[in-house]
This record gives sequence, structure tokens and C-alpha cells, in this order.
Amino acid sequence: MITNFFAGIGAYAVLMTKVFRRPDRWKMFYRSLIKEINILGVDSIGIVVILSVFMGAVVTIQTAFQLSDDPLIPTYYIAMATRESITLEFSPTVVSLILAGKVGSNIASSIGTMRVSEQIDALEVMGINSANFLILPRIVAQLIFNPVLVTISLFLGLWGGAMAGDLLGLVPFEESIMGYQLEFIPFENVFYALIKSVAFAFIIGSVSAYCGYTVKGGAVEVGIASTNAVVRACLAIIFANYILTDLMLN
Amino acid sequence: MIKVRGLHKRFGDNHVLKGVDVDFLPGKTNLIIGRSGSGKTVFLKTILGLFDPEEGQVIYGEGEVLAEMTKERRKMLRQEIGMLFQGGALFDSMNVAENIRFPLEMFSDMTEREKDERVKFVMDRVRLEGADLKFPSEISGGMQKRVAIARAIVLNPKYLFCDEPNSGLDPETAIVIDQLIQEITHEFGITTIVNTHDMNSVLEIGDHVIFMKEGHKVWEGTKEEVLGSDNADVEEYVFKSKLFKQVRQAFK
Repeated sequence: MITNFFAGIGAYAVLMTKVFRRPDRWKMFYRSLIKEINILGVDSIGIVVILSVFMGAVVTIQTAFQLSDDPLIPTYYIAMATRESITLEFSPTVVSLILAGKVGSNIASSIGTMRVSEQIDALEVMGINSANFLILPRIVAQLIFNPVLVTISLFLGLWGGAMAGDLLGLVPFEESIMGYQLEFIPFENVFYALIKSVAFAFIIGSVSAYCGYTVKGGAVEVGIASTNAVVRACLAIIFANYILTDLMLN
Repeated sequence: MIKVRGLHKRFGDNHVLKGVDVDFLPGKTNLIIGRSGSGKTVFLKTILGLFDPEEGQVIYGEGEVLAEMTKERRKMLRQEIGMLFQGGALFDSMNVAENIRFPLEMFSDMTEREKDERVKFVMDRVRLEGADLKFPSEISGGMQKRVAIARAIVLNPKYLFCDEPNSGLDPETAIVIDQLIQEITHEFGITTIVNTHDMNSVLEIGDHVIFMKEGHKVWEGTKEEVLGSDNADVEEYVFKSKLFKQVRQAFK
């Protein structure tokens, strides 16, 4: 098992060296990139919107539940704590984990299907670097659009929290806004979230592409690869989250 | 012209190709036949350069050894090769016209209008008029093979490789595809290598037939010579069915 793990790491590294080469035709690369941004990014906005609004609401309710018993704590502190939770952890990490499921399975199954139906062999016979042609646009699309999705999630998470606090009578809307602005340091919050989102985007794109590209067999194996892609990308995100949090907060 | 000399290929302990020597005839349809597991597909992929042989040489054109080519030359050579895969291997996300146009987009410096004209020409040539905007999932198996042939010849290749072009097709469509491969081969002077199980194909288009068994070339000749062959292995493989036994008796 350990041997397989390190062999997998090696194969992943070798694949990445094939991926990060100059594209054969920039025109085709840009065309693929736009298509992938649409499929992997724009089509994910809906789920990110729903997830973020409810995530913000739940974090506010949970925080209020913990802090509202103490009359000495001002209610805007609930909003401040919500802001810290959403920007530092929930938006970048939870959104990326959800996207690892949605986008990761899409990447693994689409590339895996191309592998088992000989479409990748067809590219190789034509003299095209198939890894570069298929994987690079997907990774770059993720790197470009994941920070956009996380930024949307940050705003909507905070808005959802403020709305829930107001509607449930936990924190008035104005106090939520005041709490969100209290001791707000852009680098510690937004920049930190965006750095995480870029790292997680690379993990989602590359790990799931690796799982799809290395499929051997038929339709069943493509399904297995798709599941593996989600599991491995999620595990890698959780591990990277630990490293990044330690590096940036300490 | 493609020459193969002393080709050996192993996968672990499995010695698949055991010293194969063949001269593929230029401008002709060269058919490789043999039982499943005889090494046909490995042979085809080794000639294509998808597998590296342990021993032996694949020589393209006027003495260019595949293994000694530079990376750039190998890449250039790939553009001189068209390949028809068993399942067609069409790109699902592209329609018929985009599939055929793809090699032009990747490798040619033609203007958009020239590309349009070239795509229209090859589509007409393989009788695909009006199918431009259909996706691979919306067309029949026979049409998919014709699209794959059109894509394979759009760059005017010198060499055309076909892996089981008739698999999954009804007999009538299979004959249409066979005839199309032969017409294109003769019309454009392509060196075509076809890997097949189909004995109808052998008798229909076999300008040059190579019979393989257990990693060896055991016989070669023309389609007419197949019918008259006394080679025991060819006899056992080709004339197994009653129909072909009758065909042979009628020929003799």
C-alpha cells in the first residue's frame, strides 16, 4: 500500500511535467480554457450561492447560540466571530470541498471516458501532448475561477449571516455590518482566503485529472476513478488546509 | 514505404512479437490478419511508435529509423500518419465538422476559408454531406467510421493505419467502409495498414496480406494467393468456415 502511494505520487509528478509545457496551439488552448471556465466555473455559481448563504446563516446561529447567554458580550461580536469563521475557514475550505465533488468528478469522468474510448490515443497518434491539451486548460480554469467563486462565497456568506441574524432576532442587520467591519484586516482575511482558494483549485484540477487520465479498463473503472478523484482531492485539500493555516496564521 | 526488421516486443514475461520482418507496400492496402492474441495490435502500435520495441527497427520512407528520430521529427511524422481506431475515437464534445477540422486547427497554417474548403472536400469524399453539425452520439456506427476516416485523411497523410475498421458494423456497412479505405488508398497513394479479423475484408481489399501467429509472421501474399495458399496455418485460420472452404474450392 505504501509502495503504491509513493508510486502514485511519482506518476502524478511525471504527469504534471507533461502538463506544464507550452501548448501546441495557443488558439486551441484559449478556446478550451473559455469552455472549461464555463463548465467548471460558471456552472458552479448556483451551488456556491446556495451553500454560502445557508452556511453564513448557520454559522451566525451557532455563534449566537454560544455567545448570547452572556449579556456582557455585545451582539456585534457575534457578527465579528461569524466573519472570522467564514473568511478564514468556511468559504475557502468548504466551498473547495464541495467543488472537489462537483468539479473533480466532472474532470475525472470526462478525461477517463476519453481514455477508455481511445480519444487520448487518437491525440497521441496525431502528435499532440494529450496531457497538456486536456489537463492544462482545466487546471488554469480552476486557478482563475476558484478565487472568483470563493469571493462570491465570502460576500454571500456574510450577507446570509446578517440576514439570518436579523430575521431570527439574534443580531440586528446594522450591528452585523458593524461587527463585520470591526478590526477587519484585509490581508488576514480576504487575501488569506484567496491564497487558499488558489492552492485548493490546483489540487482539485490536478488530482482529479490525474485520476481520469490514468484510468485503465471501461465504464466501471471510469466510475471508480471519478469516486477516487473526489476522495483524493478532498483528502489533499484537508491536508493542504492544515499546512497553509499553520504557515499563514503562525 | 514502411519496413519492419526483426521486431521484438515483450511485456514482462510475455514475449508478444518474436522477430517480425515485413515490407509494407506503398500505395496499397496491407492487411495484418491473425487470431486474437497473435500480436497484431501490439505490432500495429509498435509501428506507430506507441510502444518501443526491445529489438528491431521500424523504418519509414527512405531509411528513417523510428527509434533514431529526434522528438521534433517524430512529431512531424505523426502528422504524416492518419489513424482509424476500432471505436472511431471521435471527440464527443465536438460535432462532425469540428472533429474533421481538428487536425487542421492543430497543425496547418491554412486560412479559415481554406480549412472550410478542405473539410468540405473530405466530407464529400467519404459521403458525409449534411452531417456537419451532428455529434458523434447522434450518428450511426458506419457514419462514425466515415467521420474517423475523414479526420484521418484531412491532413493528406502518407500512411493510414486502421485497427479493426469493421468491428461492430453490419456486413453491408463493413463492405462500404472497406471499399472506402481502398479507394482512398489508391486515389491518394497512401500506404495503408489494416489490422483485421474479417475475412471478407481480406478478399475485398487485400492488396498485400500478412498472416501472424504467436508473434511471428508466418505467411504473406495477395488476396488471390490467400485462396491458393497451402500454408497449414493460413488454411486453418482462413478456411475454417464452410463458406470459405466452398469459396476456395470454387477458386481452385
